[in-house]
Amino acid sequence: MTHTATAPASTALDERIGRRSPFQKLLGRPEVGALVGAVVLFLFFSLVSATFLQPNAFATVLYGSSTIGIMAVGVSLLMIGGEFDLSTGVAVISSALTASLTAWYFSLNAWVGVALALVVSLGIGFINGWILVKTKLPSFIVTLATFLMLTGLNLALTRLIGGSVSSPSIARLDGFDSARAVFASSVSIGGVEVKITVFFWVLLVAIASWILLRTRVGNWIFAVGGDANAARAVGVPVTKTKIGLFMAVGFCGWILGMHNLFAFDAVQSGEGVGNEFLYIIAAVIGGCLLTGGYGSAVGGAIGAFIFGMANKGIVYAQWNPDWFKFFLGLMLLLATIVNLIVKRRAELK
Amino acid sequence: MIMNAQQIDQQTLLKDEKDPLTHTPVHLLSLENVGKHYGNIIALRDVTMAVDNGRVTCVLGDNGAGKSTLIKIIAGLHQHDEGTFRIMGEERKLSSPREALDSGIAAVYQDLAVVSLMPIWRNFFLGSELTTGAGPFKRMDVARMKEITKKELADMGIDLRDVEQPIGQLSGGERQCVAIARAVYFGAKVLILDEPTAALGVKQSGVVLRYILQARDRGLGVIFITHNPHHAFPVGDRFLLLKRGRSIGYYEKKDITLEELTAQMAGGAELAELAHELEQLGGHAEALNEVKTEAAAVAEVAPEDTTVVRD
Repeated sequence: MTHTATAPASTALDERIGRRSPFQKLLGRPEVGALVGAVVLFLFFSLVSATFLQPNAFATVLYGSSTIGIMAVGVSLLMIGGEFDLSTGVAVISSALTASLTAWYFSLNAWVGVALALVVSLGIGFINGWILVKTKLPSFIVTLATFLMLTGLNLALTRLIGGSVSSPSIARLDGFDSARAVFASSVSIGGVEVKITVFFWVLLVAIASWILLRTRVGNWIFAVGGDANAARAVGVPVTKTKIGLFMAVGFCGWILGMHNLFAFDAVQSGEGVGNEFLYIIAAVIGGCLLTGGYGSAVGGAIGAFIFGMANKGIVYAQWNPDWFKFFLGLMLLLATIVNLIVKRRAELK
Repeated sequence: MIMNAQQIDQQTLLKDEKDPLTHTPVHLLSLENVGKHYGNIIALRDVTMAVDNGRVTCVLGDNGAGKSTLIKIIAGLHQHDEGTFRIMGEERKLSSPREALDSGIAAVYQDLAVVSLMPIWRNFFLGSELTTGAGPFKRMDVARMKEITKKELADMGIDLRDVEQPIGQLSGGERQCVAIARAVYFGAKVLILDEPTAALGVKQSGVVLRYILQARDRGLGVIFITHNPHHAFPVGDRFLLLKRGRSIGYYEKKDITLEELTAQMAGGAELAELAHELEQLGGHAEALNEVKTEAAAVAEVAPEDTTVVRD
């Protein structure tokens, strides 16, 4: 740029800013690539499958998306903050197992188990974050270790306490019905049963977006992910922000864990392995930069929605679900490439 | 807000360097025979310098001359073990960068200033965001933060296209200036600039030098660290030359010329040594002659008896 003398700062529009249409502004947003992908996929399945657009089928798609999306909210924030978490998939199950095993073993009210699970979930997040900032090891190593340890603990403790690979049923405990109503009920909208997780999902995305874009903490999240040293130099509490992000992921895991438990009355202790990648994929498809400092909560939500559409859409289109993983991989690749191209083009304008 | 008060300070201080309130001579910041050693390594010894409102004190020296140690002492990263360090006449030993900031001393480092993916206004207020509302609805006052960013930068002479633009898209000089404007806005009285022109081109350096003068005119005391006498001389009021951890000269601007400053920096002794080495190698007659002439020129202008400022 040229360094000519100071111009009055109050002029509403600088002549050096080319006029950008609202459309071009939209293209500059982190989630736009995912949005394009979601629309294309939506149109595609609407055309190839007659049932896809039926309200009930669509509610199922939304439900499938929400179970990924709830976690994707936390994982997206964490990724913007420059870290990622491989232990999320099994941590969800750990949370559910904590609630069911303690409540069953001591014959407690189900809500006591729920509260304890929250403590454990936040605790796992805290430990992940604390080890990370204390040792300065990469989050890949720290959370991989947590992932392995939790996988082992889930299996071993469930067998030790309950005597089986599945946690014992807690359906007859006090408070089970009210907890089920909170975590695993459905809401009827115009005759369509919409699972309550969809509402949790939307609420979490809204809260996360608010935090990210309009609060000090949001500013810090972008900063610690973008350049932790620069952030520290201007007085941002880097350690607290990072630990807080891991705990937020723990909180999301708790909600999903409780849903998994109360949707039935027991949990399989070996579940959850591999799910961590689905959450990370949703965040990346949604435009979160793997290296941190860039992304949005809405993007993660769109990523999860793409996942939900592909997952159920293949069934509605009556294809063999064996193909699902292949499509998932292809979509990840395409979405990230589209993201890249769109972002570059938008920045040039 | 700061402007009026400090312009008075500046004028008063330019006349007799006295505190306008107490009328006793006082420097904003002064060092007297300050020294620092790490174990048995002496990093700095016998350094005397002063910083005043509306003045630029330049610290010049080659790599390893002790410039970094000196600013680390002033910025609170290290503590001196000899001599006295005064802020507004009061003897101090700063234990942390936070304490230095609270005393109005802000350091702007070359690369450690901004998060490049974030918009300019978010960077400007990073760590000190303005908020509005209470409880769970406490939020950033985005409109005001953008407005202040735009205004503060305009006051520094940076006319921004768009405060929403990622700061990484600005040039190196402009980024440096955002960091300077930020320090000024958050109440810095002394600004330490660590080699702000080192990585910049000629034109960009000129821009940064102009911002240094802007900061000076706003009444700040500026410490400008550089190894380039051509950058230091036009903007500086005082010059401290460091070499191998020692002060080799401390001059008022009226007592020294650019040629003398350059000569001191270049070091006639080094040139003489180089000439000697070339002579021993033989066969470099042309180069040897050049070095010899250069060394002679340096020896001629070197200010042997210039009065050294003592405070």
